[in-house]
Amino acid sequence: MSGTALWVTVVAGSLGCYLLKLAGLSVPAAWVEQPWVARIVDFVPAALLAALVAVQAVSSGQDLVVDGRLVALAVAAIALALRAPFILVLVVAGATGALVHVLTG
Amino acid sequence: MSAARSATLRDALGLGLAVGLYGAAFGAAAVAAGLDVWQASTMSLLMFTGASQFALVGVLGAGGSALAAVGSALLLGTRNTVYGVRLVPLLRPHGFRRLTTAHWVIDETTALAIAAPDRKLARLAFLVGGGSIFLMWNATTVVGALGASLLGGAAQAALDAVVPAAFLALLWPRLRKGFPEAAVQRRVALGGAVVALALTPFVPAGVQVIAAVVAVALAGRPRAAERPTAREEMA
Repeated sequence: MSGTALWVTVVAGSLGCYLLKLAGLSVPAAWVEQPWVARIVDFVPAALLAALVAVQAVSSGQDLVVDGRLVALAVAAIALALRAPFILVLVVAGATGALVHVLTG
Repeated sequence: MSAARSATLRDALGLGLAVGLYGAAFGAAAVAAGLDVWQASTMSLLMFTGASQFALVGVLGAGGSALAAVGSALLLGTRNTVYGVRLVPLLRPHGFRRLTTAHWVIDETTALAIAAPDRKLARLAFLVGGGSIFLMWNATTVVGALGASLLGGAAQAALDAVVPAAFLALLWPRLRKGFPEAAVQRRVALGGAVVALALTPFVPAGVQVIAAVVAVALAGRPRAAERPTAREEMA
Protein backbone atom coordinates (compact mmCIF):
# COMPACT_ATOMS: atom_id res chain seq x y z
CA MET A 1 0.00 0.00 0.00
CA SER A 2 1.36 3.44 -0.94
CA GLY A 3 2.16 6.11 1.62
CA THR A 4 -0.81 8.20 0.47
CA ALA A 5 -3.21 5.25 0.75
CA LEU A 6 -1.88 4.55 4.26
CA TRP A 7 -2.46 8.18 5.23
CA VAL A 8 -6.01 8.07 3.88
CA THR A 9 -6.63 4.87 5.87
CA VAL A 10 -5.18 6.37 9.05
CA VAL A 11 -7.14 9.63 8.79
CA ALA A 12 -10.43 8.03 7.67
CA GLY A 13 -10.26 5.46 10.47
CA SER A 14 -9.44 8.16 13.02
CA LEU A 15 -12.27 10.42 11.87
CA GLY A 16 -14.75 7.52 11.92
CA CYS A 17 -13.74 6.47 15.43
CA TYR A 18 -14.03 10.08 16.66
CA LEU A 19 -17.52 10.41 15.18
CA LEU A 20 -18.57 7.17 16.91
CA LYS A 21 -17.41 8.66 20.23
CA LEU A 22 -19.14 11.98 19.53
CA ALA A 23 -22.36 10.19 18.57
CA GLY A 24 -22.56 8.65 22.03
CA LEU A 25 -22.49 12.10 23.62
CA SER A 26 -24.93 13.56 21.10
CA VAL A 27 -27.76 11.15 20.28
CA PRO A 28 -30.71 10.28 22.56
CA ALA A 29 -29.78 7.40 24.88
CA ALA A 30 -32.73 5.34 23.66
CA TRP A 31 -31.22 5.12 20.16
CA VAL A 32 -28.07 3.47 21.46
CA GLU A 33 -29.45 1.41 24.32
CA GLN A 34 -31.04 -1.17 22.04
CA PRO A 35 -30.57 -4.87 22.83
CA TRP A 36 -28.92 -5.53 19.47
CA VAL A 37 -26.43 -2.70 19.99
CA ALA A 38 -25.59 -4.10 23.43
CA ARG A 39 -24.99 -7.55 21.89
CA ILE A 40 -22.65 -6.11 19.28
CA VAL A 41 -20.71 -4.18 21.88
CA ASP A 42 -20.50 -7.21 24.19
CA PHE A 43 -19.42 -9.78 21.64
CA VAL A 44 -17.86 -8.17 18.56
CA PRO A 45 -14.54 -7.56 20.35
CA ALA A 46 -14.11 -11.29 21.18
CA ALA A 47 -14.84 -12.38 17.58
CA LEU A 48 -12.69 -9.65 16.06
CA LEU A 49 -9.72 -10.06 18.41
CA ALA A 50 -9.77 -13.86 18.07
CA ALA A 51 -9.92 -13.56 14.27
CA LEU A 52 -6.93 -11.18 14.42
CA VAL A 53 -5.00 -13.52 16.72
CA ALA A 54 -5.54 -16.41 14.29
CA VAL A 55 -4.76 -14.42 11.15
CA GLN A 56 -1.67 -12.76 12.62
CA ALA A 57 -0.33 -16.06 13.99
CA VAL A 58 -0.60 -18.34 10.95
CA SER A 59 -1.43 -16.38 7.79
CA SER A 60 0.98 -15.00 5.24
CA GLY A 61 -1.08 -13.30 2.54
CA GLN A 62 -3.56 -15.99 1.50
CA ASP A 63 -1.39 -18.89 2.71
CA LEU A 64 -1.53 -20.54 6.10
CA VAL A 65 1.97 -21.12 7.46
CA VAL A 66 3.22 -22.55 10.73
CA ASP A 67 6.33 -20.78 11.99
CA GLY A 68 7.75 -19.20 15.13
CA ARG A 69 4.68 -16.99 15.51
CA LEU A 70 2.48 -19.97 16.42
CA VAL A 71 5.04 -21.31 18.90
CA ALA A 72 5.29 -17.82 20.41
CA LEU A 73 1.50 -17.61 20.65
CA ALA A 74 1.39 -20.89 22.57
CA VAL A 75 4.05 -19.60 24.96
CA ALA A 76 2.10 -16.33 25.35
CA ALA A 77 -1.07 -18.30 26.17
CA ILE A 78 0.78 -20.20 28.90
CA ALA A 79 2.14 -16.94 30.29
CA LEU A 80 -1.36 -15.42 30.30
CA ALA A 81 -2.80 -18.51 32.01
CA LEU A 82 -0.15 -18.04 34.71
CA ARG A 83 -1.34 -14.42 35.03
CA ALA A 84 1.90 -12.91 33.80
CA PRO A 85 1.78 -9.12 33.30
CA PHE A 86 1.25 -7.79 29.76
CA ILE A 87 4.85 -6.71 29.19
CA LEU A 88 6.20 -10.13 30.24
CA VAL A 89 3.78 -11.86 27.87
CA LEU A 90 5.10 -9.75 24.98
CA VAL A 91 8.74 -10.31 25.97
CA VAL A 92 8.45 -14.12 26.17
CA ALA A 93 6.50 -14.19 22.89
CA GLY A 94 9.12 -12.02 21.18
CA ALA A 95 11.99 -14.09 22.59
CA THR A 96 10.31 -17.30 21.42
CA GLY A 97 9.76 -15.91 17.92
CA ALA A 98 13.40 -14.81 17.68
CA LEU A 99 14.65 -18.16 19.02
CA VAL A 100 12.64 -20.18 16.49
CA HIS A 101 13.88 -17.86 13.72
CA VAL A 102 17.52 -18.45 14.74
CA LEU A 103 17.08 -22.22 15.20
CA THR A 104 15.28 -22.76 11.88
CA GLY A 105 17.44 -20.29 9.99
CA MET B 1 -7.66 16.27 50.12
CA SER B 2 -10.38 13.73 50.88
CA ALA B 3 -9.62 10.01 50.78
CA ALA B 4 -12.07 9.51 47.93
CA ARG B 5 -10.45 12.31 45.94
CA SER B 6 -6.92 10.98 46.39
CA ALA B 7 -8.06 7.42 45.58
CA THR B 8 -9.66 8.74 42.39
CA LEU B 9 -6.50 10.61 41.42
CA ARG B 10 -4.29 7.59 42.20
CA ASP B 11 -6.42 5.28 40.04
CA ALA B 12 -6.54 7.79 37.18
CA LEU B 13 -2.78 8.39 37.13
CA GLY B 14 -1.92 4.72 37.68
CA LEU B 15 -4.06 3.64 34.75
CA GLY B 16 -2.27 6.15 32.54
CA LEU B 17 1.09 4.58 33.36
CA ALA B 18 -0.20 1.03 32.82
CA VAL B 19 -1.71 1.91 29.44
CA GLY B 20 1.65 3.27 28.34
CA LEU B 21 2.93 -0.29 27.89
CA TYR B 22 0.20 -0.98 25.35
CA GLY B 23 1.17 2.23 23.55
CA ALA B 24 4.69 0.90 22.99
CA ALA B 25 3.25 -2.39 21.74
CA PHE B 26 0.97 -0.45 19.38
CA GLY B 27 3.86 1.63 18.01
CA ALA B 28 5.82 -1.56 17.32
CA ALA B 29 2.81 -3.31 15.75
CA ALA B 30 2.13 -0.28 13.50
CA VAL B 31 5.69 -0.31 12.18
CA ALA B 32 5.54 -4.09 11.69
CA ALA B 33 2.41 -3.51 9.58
CA GLY B 34 4.22 -1.04 7.31
CA LEU B 35 3.23 2.32 8.82
CA ASP B 36 5.92 4.89 9.53
CA VAL B 37 6.47 6.63 12.86
CA TRP B 38 4.39 9.66 11.78
CA GLN B 39 1.42 7.53 10.77
CA ALA B 40 1.60 5.54 14.01
CA SER B 41 1.70 8.77 16.01
CA THR B 42 -1.14 10.33 14.04
CA MET B 43 -3.28 7.33 14.91
CA SER B 44 -2.52 7.62 18.62
CA LEU B 45 -3.22 11.37 18.52
CA LEU B 46 -6.39 11.32 16.41
CA MET B 47 -7.94 7.86 16.76
CA PHE B 48 -6.95 7.41 20.43
CA THR B 49 -8.79 4.17 21.09
CA GLY B 50 -6.42 1.26 21.54
CA ALA B 51 -8.35 -1.76 20.32
CA SER B 52 -9.40 0.02 17.09
CA GLN B 53 -5.81 1.12 16.47
CA PHE B 54 -4.52 -2.43 16.94
CA ALA B 55 -7.25 -3.77 14.66
CA LEU B 56 -6.49 -1.28 11.88
CA VAL B 57 -2.77 -2.06 11.81
CA GLY B 58 -3.50 -5.77 12.34
CA VAL B 59 -5.59 -5.94 9.17
CA LEU B 60 -3.05 -3.87 7.22
CA GLY B 61 -0.27 -6.11 8.54
CA ALA B 62 -2.13 -9.16 7.24
CA GLY B 63 -2.15 -7.49 3.80
CA GLY B 64 -5.73 -6.28 4.08
CA SER B 65 -7.31 -3.42 2.16
CA ALA B 66 -7.86 0.08 3.54
CA LEU B 67 -11.60 -0.59 3.64
CA ALA B 68 -11.24 -3.81 5.68
CA ALA B 69 -8.79 -2.06 8.04
CA VAL B 70 -11.04 0.96 8.63
CA GLY B 71 -14.08 -1.34 8.92
CA SER B 72 -12.59 -3.40 11.71
CA ALA B 73 -11.44 -0.26 13.54
CA LEU B 74 -14.99 1.13 13.36
CA LEU B 75 -16.54 -2.16 14.54
CA LEU B 76 -14.44 -1.98 17.68
CA GLY B 77 -15.09 1.78 17.94
CA THR B 78 -18.84 1.20 18.44
CA ARG B 79 -18.04 0.44 22.10
CA ASN B 80 -17.20 4.07 22.63
CA THR B 81 -20.63 5.18 21.38
CA VAL B 82 -22.26 3.22 24.19
CA TYR B 83 -19.74 4.57 26.69
CA GLY B 84 -20.64 8.10 25.60
CA VAL B 85 -24.30 7.48 26.39
CA ARG B 86 -23.35 6.31 29.88
CA LEU B 87 -21.06 9.31 30.43
CA VAL B 88 -23.55 12.04 29.46
CA PRO B 89 -25.36 12.12 32.84
CA LEU B 90 -22.01 12.17 34.69
CA LEU B 91 -20.12 14.72 32.61
CA ARG B 92 -23.00 16.74 31.08
CA PRO B 93 -20.81 18.14 28.29
CA HIS B 94 -22.31 21.00 26.28
CA GLY B 95 -21.29 23.02 23.22
CA PHE B 96 -17.59 23.00 22.41
CA ARG B 97 -16.83 20.90 25.52
CA ARG B 98 -18.74 18.04 23.96
CA LEU B 99 -16.35 18.00 20.99
CA THR B 100 -13.26 17.82 23.22
CA THR B 101 -14.80 15.42 25.74
CA ALA B 102 -15.68 12.98 22.95
CA HIS B 103 -12.03 12.49 22.04
CA TRP B 104 -11.26 10.94 25.44
CA VAL B 105 -14.27 8.59 25.59
CA ILE B 106 -12.54 5.17 25.78
CA ASP B 107 -12.67 1.98 27.90
CA GLU B 108 -10.40 3.29 30.64
CA THR B 109 -11.85 6.78 31.13
CA THR B 110 -15.39 5.36 31.17
CA ALA B 111 -14.42 2.78 33.79
CA LEU B 112 -12.77 5.50 35.91
CA ALA B 113 -15.72 7.92 35.68
CA ILE B 114 -18.35 5.27 36.42
CA ALA B 115 -16.35 3.93 39.39
CA ALA B 116 -16.02 7.39 40.98
CA PRO B 117 -18.28 7.91 44.03
CA ASP B 118 -19.96 11.12 42.81
CA ARG B 119 -20.38 13.37 39.75
CA LYS B 120 -17.63 15.81 40.72
CA LEU B 121 -15.10 13.03 41.18
CA ALA B 122 -16.36 11.35 38.01
CA ARG B 123 -15.39 14.50 36.06
CA LEU B 124 -12.03 14.63 37.82
CA ALA B 125 -11.38 10.93 37.09
CA PHE B 126 -12.34 11.41 33.44
CA LEU B 127 -10.09 14.46 32.98
CA VAL B 128 -7.05 13.24 34.93
CA GLY B 129 -7.35 9.69 33.58
CA GLY B 130 -7.93 10.91 30.03
CA GLY B 131 -5.00 13.32 30.28
CA SER B 132 -2.50 10.87 31.73
CA ILE B 133 -3.53 8.09 29.34
CA PHE B 134 -3.40 10.46 26.34
CA LEU B 135 0.11 11.67 27.23
CA MET B 136 1.52 8.21 27.99
CA TRP B 137 -0.20 6.54 25.03
CA ASN B 138 1.23 9.07 22.57
CA ALA B 139 4.71 9.17 24.10
CA THR B 140 5.06 5.38 24.20
CA THR B 141 3.66 4.99 20.68
CA VAL B 142 6.65 6.99 19.43
CA VAL B 143 9.04 4.92 21.57
CA GLY B 144 7.59 1.63 20.29
CA ALA B 145 7.53 2.77 16.66
CA LEU B 146 11.11 4.12 16.74
CA GLY B 147 12.33 1.03 18.60
CA ALA B 148 10.73 -1.32 16.09
CA SER B 149 12.02 0.57 13.04
CA LEU B 150 15.63 0.10 14.24
CA LEU B 151 15.26 -3.68 14.29
CA GLY B 152 16.34 -6.28 11.72
CA GLY B 153 16.59 -10.06 11.21
CA ALA B 154 15.87 -12.04 14.36
CA ALA B 155 14.44 -8.94 16.03
CA GLN B 156 11.94 -8.62 13.18
CA ALA B 157 10.90 -12.24 13.78
CA ALA B 158 10.48 -11.35 17.45
CA LEU B 159 8.25 -8.43 16.51
CA ASP B 160 6.15 -10.63 14.19
CA ALA B 161 5.62 -12.98 17.14
CA VAL B 162 4.74 -10.14 19.53
CA VAL B 163 1.77 -8.88 17.47
CA PRO B 164 -0.48 -11.99 17.76
CA ALA B 165 0.55 -12.31 21.41
CA ALA B 166 -0.57 -8.71 22.01
CA PHE B 167 -3.98 -9.45 20.45
CA LEU B 168 -4.25 -12.57 22.61
CA ALA B 169 -3.46 -10.50 25.70
CA LEU B 170 -6.24 -8.03 24.75
CA LEU B 171 -8.66 -10.93 24.23
CA TRP B 172 -7.72 -12.98 27.31
CA PRO B 173 -9.64 -11.07 30.05
CA ARG B 174 -12.89 -11.61 28.09
CA LEU B 175 -12.43 -15.38 28.19
CA ARG B 176 -11.69 -15.60 31.90
CA LYS B 177 -14.19 -16.82 34.46
CA GLY B 178 -15.82 -13.79 36.01
CA PHE B 179 -16.21 -11.81 32.78
CA PRO B 180 -19.93 -11.46 31.93
CA GLU B 181 -21.02 -14.49 29.87
CA ALA B 182 -17.47 -15.83 29.65
CA ALA B 183 -18.66 -19.15 28.17
CA VAL B 184 -20.40 -17.32 25.30
CA GLN B 185 -17.34 -15.08 24.85
CA ARG B 186 -15.22 -18.23 24.43
CA ARG B 187 -17.56 -19.70 21.83
CA VAL B 188 -17.66 -16.37 19.99
CA ALA B 189 -13.85 -16.15 20.05
CA LEU B 190 -13.42 -19.72 18.81
CA GLY B 191 -15.99 -19.10 16.08
CA GLY B 192 -14.25 -15.91 14.99
CA ALA B 193 -10.84 -17.60 14.79
CA VAL B 194 -12.12 -20.67 12.93
CA VAL B 195 -14.11 -18.67 10.35
CA ALA B 196 -11.18 -16.30 9.77
CA LEU B 197 -8.73 -19.15 9.16
CA ALA B 198 -11.17 -21.08 6.99
CA LEU B 199 -11.70 -18.04 4.74
CA THR B 200 -8.04 -16.96 4.56
CA PRO B 201 -7.14 -18.96 1.41
CA PHE B 202 -10.24 -17.76 -0.47
CA VAL B 203 -10.79 -14.05 0.20
CA PRO B 204 -8.55 -10.98 -0.06
CA ALA B 205 -6.41 -10.51 3.08
CA GLY B 206 -8.22 -8.62 5.82
CA VAL B 207 -11.69 -9.42 4.53
CA GLN B 208 -11.70 -12.71 6.47
CA VAL B 209 -11.47 -10.76 9.74
CA ILE B 210 -14.59 -8.71 9.01
CA ALA B 211 -16.35 -11.77 7.56
CA ALA B 212 -15.60 -13.72 10.74
CA VAL B 213 -17.23 -11.02 12.86
CA VAL B 214 -20.30 -10.86 10.62
CA ALA B 215 -20.65 -14.67 10.55
CA VAL B 216 -20.43 -14.93 14.33
CA ALA B 217 -22.87 -12.04 14.78
CA LEU B 218 -25.41 -13.71 12.47
CA ALA B 219 -24.96 -17.12 14.14
CA GLY B 220 -25.47 -15.57 17.58
CA ARG B 221 -28.51 -13.45 16.64
CA PRO B 222 -30.85 -13.75 19.61
CA ARG B 223 -34.17 -15.50 18.87
CA ALA B 224 -37.23 -13.34 19.49
CA ALA B 225 -38.33 -15.43 22.51
CA GLU B 226 -35.00 -15.31 24.35
CA ARG B 227 -34.09 -11.74 23.48
CA PRO B 228 -33.38 -9.99 26.79
CA THR B 229 -34.81 -6.56 27.52
CA ALA B 230 -32.60 -3.50 27.62
CA ARG B 231 -33.00 -3.38 31.38
CA GLU B 232 -31.63 -6.91 31.81
CA GLU B 233 -28.78 -6.08 29.45
CA MET B 234 -27.72 -3.18 31.61
CA ALA B 235 -27.81 -5.17 34.84
